[in-house]
Amino acid sequence: MSAVLELRGVTKAYGPNEVLRGIDLAVGEHEAIALIGASGSGKSTLLRCIDLLEDIDDGDILLDGEPITAPGQDPVPARRRLGLVFQAFNLFPHRNVIDNVTMGAIRAQGMPPAEAAAAGEALLQRFGLGGRGSDYPDRLSGGQQQRVAIARALLTRPRALLLDEVTSALDPELVGEVLEVIRELKADGMTMLIATHEMGFARDVADQVCFLESGRIVERGAPEQIFSAPEREETRRFLARLLAGDRAG
Amino acid sequence: MTISAISTFIVVGGFVTWVLTSPGWPNVRNEFFSSSQFGASFGAVLSGFWLDVKMFLVVEVAVLIFGLLVALIRTVNTPILFPLRLLAVVYVDVMRGIPTILLIYIVGFAVPGLGLKGVPTNPVVLSGIALTMCYSAYVSEVFRAGLESIHPSQAGAALALGLTPVQALRFVVIPQAVRRVIPPLLNDFIALQKDVALVSIVGPQEAFRVAQIFAASQFNYTPLLAAAALYLCVTIPLTRIVDRLQARGRRERGGGGGVLALGPR
Repeated sequence: MSAVLELRGVTKAYGPNEVLRGIDLAVGEHEAIALIGASGSGKSTLLRCIDLLEDIDDGDILLDGEPITAPGQDPVPARRRLGLVFQAFNLFPHRNVIDNVTMGAIRAQGMPPAEAAAAGEALLQRFGLGGRGSDYPDRLSGGQQQRVAIARALLTRPRALLLDEVTSALDPELVGEVLEVIRELKADGMTMLIATHEMGFARDVADQVCFLESGRIVERGAPEQIFSAPEREETRRFLARLLAGDRAG
Repeated sequence: MTISAISTFIVVGGFVTWVLTSPGWPNVRNEFFSSSQFGASFGAVLSGFWLDVKMFLVVEVAVLIFGLLVALIRTVNTPILFPLRLLAVVYVDVMRGIPTILLIYIVGFAVPGLGLKGVPTNPVVLSGIALTMCYSAYVSEVFRAGLESIHPSQAGAALALGLTPVQALRFVVIPQAVRRVIPPLLNDFIALQKDVALVSIVGPQEAFRVAQIFAASQFNYTPLLAAAALYLCVTIPLTRIVDRLQARGRRERGGGGGVLALGPR
């Protein structure tokens, strides 16, 4: 089986600060991979590099077996085949919910507006936001906004969905409704790369968990193995810190 | 309420009394407030003012387009645009540094003097171009402030959806930026609507010029007041609109009344 997404030796530095130090990773069809690690370990940068919002310094990224990071290559076609959901939602505040959801489908995919509106409304319905299409984003809770952002990315029918700590900016009681949506997507067979701080969720949804530290994938494996019997000292320390934090909180 | 009424009465009443009892008031009244002169000149001044209206309407549209273009050149960070960006910086610096009246004078007299074929020599067109050059510089700075106030994550979200950079600007960044700068933009337009009077120095018979000719021939300044009244007719409504938009902006940002509360009201 060839991977939907493949990363080979990807490096990225901001000046002297090396954020990614040689990432190798393959995401297969229908597979969900969770990226865990402390803030600043490179998870967000990795996702932004894959969606070509940042240039990588070295290495290759392949989408369906074709390189998308060749020098001088137009990033737009690859971006159109990927979906990215941000920690801070980044909805467009000047457009209502349905316009937010359909903008990518209409402008980037050339979907007829009526068709996009119908498909968008159906997605909103499915995510528990039926009838909210004409509201503006500032009328919605954080959890609702993030579900709109996921619908917006999904309507462009991406080959893979990149989720960048999509629950980190939410109030605790709103986290569940967003995770539920992602669980459904997993059940539908969506290929996903998920940067997350929600360990319980990662254990549930991910087929594979990668632990990042200082721009390297230090350990990777099935969720049971990573969370129950991590092999590396760094992983153990990270998980112990999280547990201590949970107890203190 | 009563405090504000009494204070208004004392201030306004005192000022009016002070002016009306001044030794020169009878002369000033005849020279500036003559109703017969007003009636005799008003029609001509009004038809002159029509030229002002046409000019500022056309110049405003040109300024919107050209100002946004200059702002985009200065904001969009593409290496290819570097020479243009340098040119835009020089343009804005120079245009904002020259008095408008001088620019109109230079363009109005120097360009026809060149004797080039295909270049307009009509003073109305030339002074309109001069006004556009000057106000586009100011308006480009207003647009630039608006564009820079939109967080880069908005463009990032648009690109992530697969929009091209031009689409991201057109559908996401520019609409939000323009909305934010409408009040300062209209402020510049109020200034422009008055500065149209400056074109009279290169010849066009607009309201101020017509009034000036009348005043000179009749030794009476009332026509100038007629012109002033006409300018007010277009600037005051626009000023009110700006105030209202700013108040609405403050409400939308949740800033309460928006006036510094320094004491009980």
